Amino acid sequence: MQIGIFSVSDITTDPTTGHTPSENERIKASVAIAKKAEEVGLDVYAIGEHHNEPFFSSSPTTTLGYIAAQTERILLSTATTLITTNDPVKIAEDFAMLQHLADGRVDLMMGRGNTGPVYPWFGKDIRQGVDLAVENYALLRQLWTEDVVNWQGKFRTPLQGFTSTPRPLDGIAPFVWHGSIRTPEIAEQAAYYGDGFFHNHIFWNIEHTKRMVDLYRRRFEHHGHGPADTAIVGLGGQFFMRRNSQDAVNEFRPYFDVAPVYGHGPSMEDFTAQTPLTVGSPQQVLERYLSYSDEVGHYQRQLFLIDHAGLPLKTVLEQLDLLGEILPELRKGYAAGRPAHIPEAPTHASLVEKAR
Amino acid sequence: MSHLVVITAGMGSPSSSRLLGDRLADATLTALGAAGQQAPEVRVLELRDLAVELATYYTSHVPSTKLQEAFDLVGTASGVIAVSPVLNAGVNGLFKLFFDLLDEGVLKGRPVVLAATGGTARHSLAIDQAMLPLFFYLKATVAPTAVFAATEDWGSAEAGLVRRIEQAGAELAELVTTRPATDYADEFANVPDFASLLGN
Repeated sequence: MQIGIFSVSDITTDPTTGHTPSENERIKASVAIAKKAEEVGLDVYAIGEHHNEPFFSSSPTTTLGYIAAQTERILLSTATTLITTNDPVKIAEDFAMLQHLADGRVDLMMGRGNTGPVYPWFGKDIRQGVDLAVENYALLRQLWTEDVVNWQGKFRTPLQGFTSTPRPLDGIAPFVWHGSIRTPEIAEQAAYYGDGFFHNHIFWNIEHTKRMVDLYRRRFEHHGHGPADTAIVGLGGQFFMRRNSQDAVNEFRPYFDVAPVYGHGPSMEDFTAQTPLTVGSPQQVLERYLSYSDEVGHYQRQLFLIDHAGLPLKTVLEQLDLLGEILPELRKGYAAGRPAHIPEAPTHASLVEKAR
Repeated sequence: MSHLVVITAGMGSPSSSRLLGDRLADATLTALGAAGQQAPEVRVLELRDLAVELATYYTSHVPSTKLQEAFDLVGTASGVIAVSPVLNAGVNGLFKLFFDLLDEGVLKGRPVVLAATGGTARHSLAIDQAMLPLFFYLKATVAPTAVFAATEDWGSAEAGLVRRIEQAGAELAELVTTRPATDYADEFANVPDFASLLGN
C-alpha cells in the first residue's frame, strides 16, 4: 500500500490571519512539504497541473525534478497531468526526463481538467475532452514503447519517423494512473490498458466512488488483465488532525467555512459525513480511512490533500507529523486481511523486473 | 406500475401548490381505478425541505443522500406531477433549481403533468412560457392539459378547476398505462467499449 499526499496548489488567503502567500512562498512551501512527506515516511508526493489562478502549479515536472534532487526515496507523481491540453509528445519527453533524473521514482496520473476556459488557451475544445484523452494517451503510450513512431490522428500534426527523447529509463515507461470523478469512459480507458485508476473522492460520497471503482475493476477483468480484485486502485482524501478531536474541529472550521472549494456551502459536519474529509483525532482519521477498503476493495494508493484552504505551512507540516505518527497503524490496518494475490502498485523497479 | 411522484415547489406549509399536487394525484388514481388499474403509491417531494441541499449541490457539487434519494424517486416514477408557484412570470427558483440539477435523461419519456399556482389567472401563461420549454428540453412526455389554479379558483362555485384537474389526471393515468417510462439508468449503465472509443 502506498500512502502519500497530493496538492492542488491553490493560493488561498489564510482566513484567520488575512495573509495571502505569494506565489514564491507557496512554490517553496510545496518543496518543503514534499521533503517533509519523505521524512515522515510517506511513499508518494503528487502535485497537480493548473493554468489558471488561484493555482501556481503550471509545470509539475519542474517542481518534481527539483524535489527529486532533494529527496532519496519518495515516489513523485502528478494529480493530474492534463492529457487533453498538453501535447502528448511533450508529456512523453518531460516525464522520461524526470524518470532519468529521479532514477525511476516517477509515475503520473492522467486527467482531463475540468475548467472550460483553459482548453482554448491551448487551442483545444472542452467538448472534445474525452476524445482528446483517448487519442492523446494512445499516442503517449506509443511514444514511450516504440522507438520510432509514425502516427496520424485528429488532434495534432502527424508524426513521421519521430523518436521522443530521452527514451524512458531502462526502456520502461512510467506507470500511469487515470483520474476521473464521474466519467465512465476514463475508468474504461484505465481498464483497457490495465493502468491504475484513481478516484479523487474528496467531494464525493463513498457510494459514488465505489461505483466508479467497481466499474473499473469489472472492466479491468473484462479486458483480460486479471481478476477484478487485482486492479490497481487509488483514492484521494483529506483530513485535519489534532490530538484532541475538538481542537481539530475548532481550528479547521474557519478554514473550511470560507475555503474556495468547500466554503459558503454545506456545514463542516454535513461535508465530513458525506465525503472523506475527516476533522478530528488521529484515531478518527485512521478508522475512517481504513474503512474504505471495505467499500472499494483492497486498494493500492491512498493520497491525502493537506496543503489547501489557506492553511499555513507550519500547520501543514504539523499535519504531516501527525500522519507520520499513525502511518505504522495505517499500514498495519491496510495489510490486515489483504490476500496475498492482491498486487502492490507497480513501481519502476517492479516494472523492470517484470519486463525481464 | 411503480409510484407517482408529486413534486411541489410551494413555499408555505401547507401551500396551494401542494394542495393542487395532491388533487392531481387523487384525480390520477381515480382515473386509474376507473380503468381497472391497481393504484400506485403516491410519493410527495416538497422541494422546500430540500432547499438548502439543492443550493449546496448547486455550488459545491456534493449531492446529499436525501437529494440523491429524491432524484432516484423521480427516475423510477411511473408518472410525475410537477407543481410550481408562479413568481415574476416564471416558475420559482426552487423549482428551477431542482430541475437544473436533475441529470439529463431522468425525465426522458416519463409522463408528466404540469401545474402551477398564482394569485390571479393572469399568471397562467407561465406554464406555457417557462414550464413547457423546460420539460420539452428534458424530453418528458407532457400531458396535453396543464392545470393552473389562481386564488379565486379555490373558492369558485364554478367547476372549472375541478374539471381541469380531472382532465389532467385522466391524461396522466392514460400515459402511465400506455406509455410506461423505464427506470432511469445513470451514466454507469452503458459504458462504451474502449475499442469503439479508439475507433472514433
